[in-house]
Amino acid sequence: MKAFTQLNGLVCPLDRANVDTDAIIPKQFLKSIKRSGFGPYLFDEWRYSDTGQPGMDCMNRPLKKDFVLNQPRYQGAEVLLARDNFGCGSSREHAPWAIEDYGFRVIIAPSFADIFFGNCYKNGILPIVLPTETVDKLFKECAAEGYQLNVDLEKQTVTTPSGESFAFDITPHRKHCLQNGLDEIGLTLQHADVIKAFEAKHRAAQPWLFAN
Amino acid sequence: MTDKTLYDKLWDSHVVREEADGTCLIYIDRHLMHEVTSPQAFEGLRLAARRPWRASSVVATADHNTPTDHWDDPDSGLKDPISRLQIETLDANIKDFGALVYFPFKHANQGIIHVIGPENGATLPGMTVVCGDSHTSTHGAFGALAHGIGTSEVEHVLATQTLVAKRSKRMLIKVDGKVGAGVTAKDIALAIIGKIGTAGGTGYAIEFGGSAIRDLSMEGRMTVCNLAIEGGARAGLIAPDAKTFEYLKGRPLAPKGADWDRAVAYWRTLTTDADAQFDAVVELDAATIQPQVTWGTSPEQVLAVGGRVPNPANEADPQKRAGIERALQYMGLAADTPITAIPVDKVFIGSCTNSRIEDLRAAAAVAKGKQKAASVKLVLVVPGSGMVKRQAEAEGLDKVFVAAGFEWREPGCSMCLAMNADRLEPGERCASTSNRNFEGRQGAGGRTHLVSPAMAAAAAIAGHFVDIRNF
Ligand code: SF4
Repeated sequence: MKAFTQLNGLVCPLDRANVDTDAIIPKQFLKSIKRSGFGPYLFDEWRYSDTGQPGMDCMNRPLKKDFVLNQPRYQGAEVLLARDNFGCGSSREHAPWAIEDYGFRVIIAPSFADIFFGNCYKNGILPIVLPTETVDKLFKECAAEGYQLNVDLEKQTVTTPSGESFAFDITPHRKHCLQNGLDEIGLTLQHADVIKAFEAKHRAAQPWLFAN
Repeated sequence: MTDKTLYDKLWDSHVVREEADGTCLIYIDRHLMHEVTSPQAFEGLRLAARRPWRASSVVATADHNTPTDHWDDPDSGLKDPISRLQIETLDANIKDFGALVYFPFKHANQGIIHVIGPENGATLPGMTVVCGDSHTSTHGAFGALAHGIGTSEVEHVLATQTLVAKRSKRMLIKVDGKVGAGVTAKDIALAIIGKIGTAGGTGYAIEFGGSAIRDLSMEGRMTVCNLAIEGGARAGLIAPDAKTFEYLKGRPLAPKGADWDRAVAYWRTLTTDADAQFDAVVELDAATIQPQVTWGTSPEQVLAVGGRVPNPANEADPQKRAGIERALQYMGLAADTPITAIPVDKVFIGSCTNSRIEDLRAAAAVAKGKQKAASVKLVLVVPGSGMVKRQAEAEGLDKVFVAAGFEWREPGCSMCLAMNADRLEPGERCASTSNRNFEGRQGAGGRTHLVSPAMAAAAAIAGHFVDIRNF
């Protein structure tokens, strides 16, 4: 996993609530057995006017010009500004894989769906919850072309070009993993003895869970 | 305060260790798996030269990509090379890494993972159950702590038998009273989502209680917990009771003999204590719940069948107004249209929400002796598993469907998410017993209305939505 420490990134606004994972990466792309290469199909149905298929070369596909990701001013954006309940629906990790592969490292929204929120951290994406009024304000401000935000994980702040700063929360565990790009499995296996001891106790109490 | 909710009991009995910030390692008893969200997890194990911690916790099947027709044809459906590769990859991974049970494509007991888990007794009260699939919430109907996880977490559970997690907040949704005739578990669940919204349960584990929930069969309880995730909650829970034990007794993987008695004695303790506190409580009166139909592109955009599609002009909040306008436009609906005036092109009866025997019986009861409307192009009935299929055939339900002009298919996810050939074409409108009406969910440009099995069958016959109570 890529480490995340801080970023000065161009902001792309996606002004709709309840953006679901079917919209982020449609089901036909879930047939892949790989983790990479989903970026060109991010928001496929909103981005292209034909129907995308896995393996398709996206360079020559017809674009829906109005969709934000297709506008020249947002090319190279690394911060996705979104609305309530972003990432709702299925648990598919292909959604954060597509977002990361496209180039976003930070998503800011007033709220996220639980499973998606957790999946982001596993893939070096920082999802940031800010109050609705703050998000509203950022949507207004990013009407200015070239609008960038500074995101500092160490200080847990989002700072606007005018120097206004907003604090965000993150658990110490997630912060540590993200800052260091740590493989969580390796960390957990440091506690293998504790897991084994728990398992033995659990087996004694409920042997039927271990039958067969 | 020692009184605990059911959620707390399940959580506390699985904490392996806890860090100062509340991050816990939770032990996982049952790991369910399907072909779509597992390949990258196995690849990760291989790259790190790791083995599964306890392969005997794994129950796996192929369900999402599998075709639902022509199973007797040797190359049936796996014509799509990418789908075929994904299914073969699961076959190979299970062969290499092991599992307690695997039901591959075309196995007699293959089916949707959330249908086969319970029917095989692989889901038991008091367990922690995970799957790389958001509708894992279904298994909470047995008093198991069950929720969906991402693929990185699938790999984590495979390698360590644990999950890194934090305690959820606890919500009680209490539905008391008796539902009217024609009102099903699906309607209760959709009415709940209509009330709390698709983000209403975010951050919570929801326990469903009250007499209307207790009155539901295990199938009905699974439908309610299945839809907890559409209300934003990763986990839904119902305390196990005599009905739960009755359902489980004798299932292939359920405990036997002395273990059974010991297990039941323990399972009886899995209830919320009288003075336990919830972080939120929502109450509904069962008698007021009517048959539900979604009109938009989110499960919270739902109405009683007697209602009319909303008019954005009546919405003051500009953000919400834009949401309604966008949904109406996608759904091809005019504001204020009565729900019962909406015609359907296709009907889908199936999915992990509503493909169990009770659902098929309800649909067959409506279809019996009737014919699908000529304007309806296709009515798909897709049983949730091989076991459900055989049971339905033993009861003659397949004949009822075929006589009505419906198609009787092989088990799988099918048109719930349209990864196989079963799908909507752009602009087609579907009455569906599944769980998501998102844009493109059942096929690019397709339009989905979520309903109960009886309401879906009635729409197939009438050619438009009808109130099942006057049908
Ligand atoms: S039936 Fe639908 S919701 Fe259920 S597991 Fe299959 S695809 Fe997912």
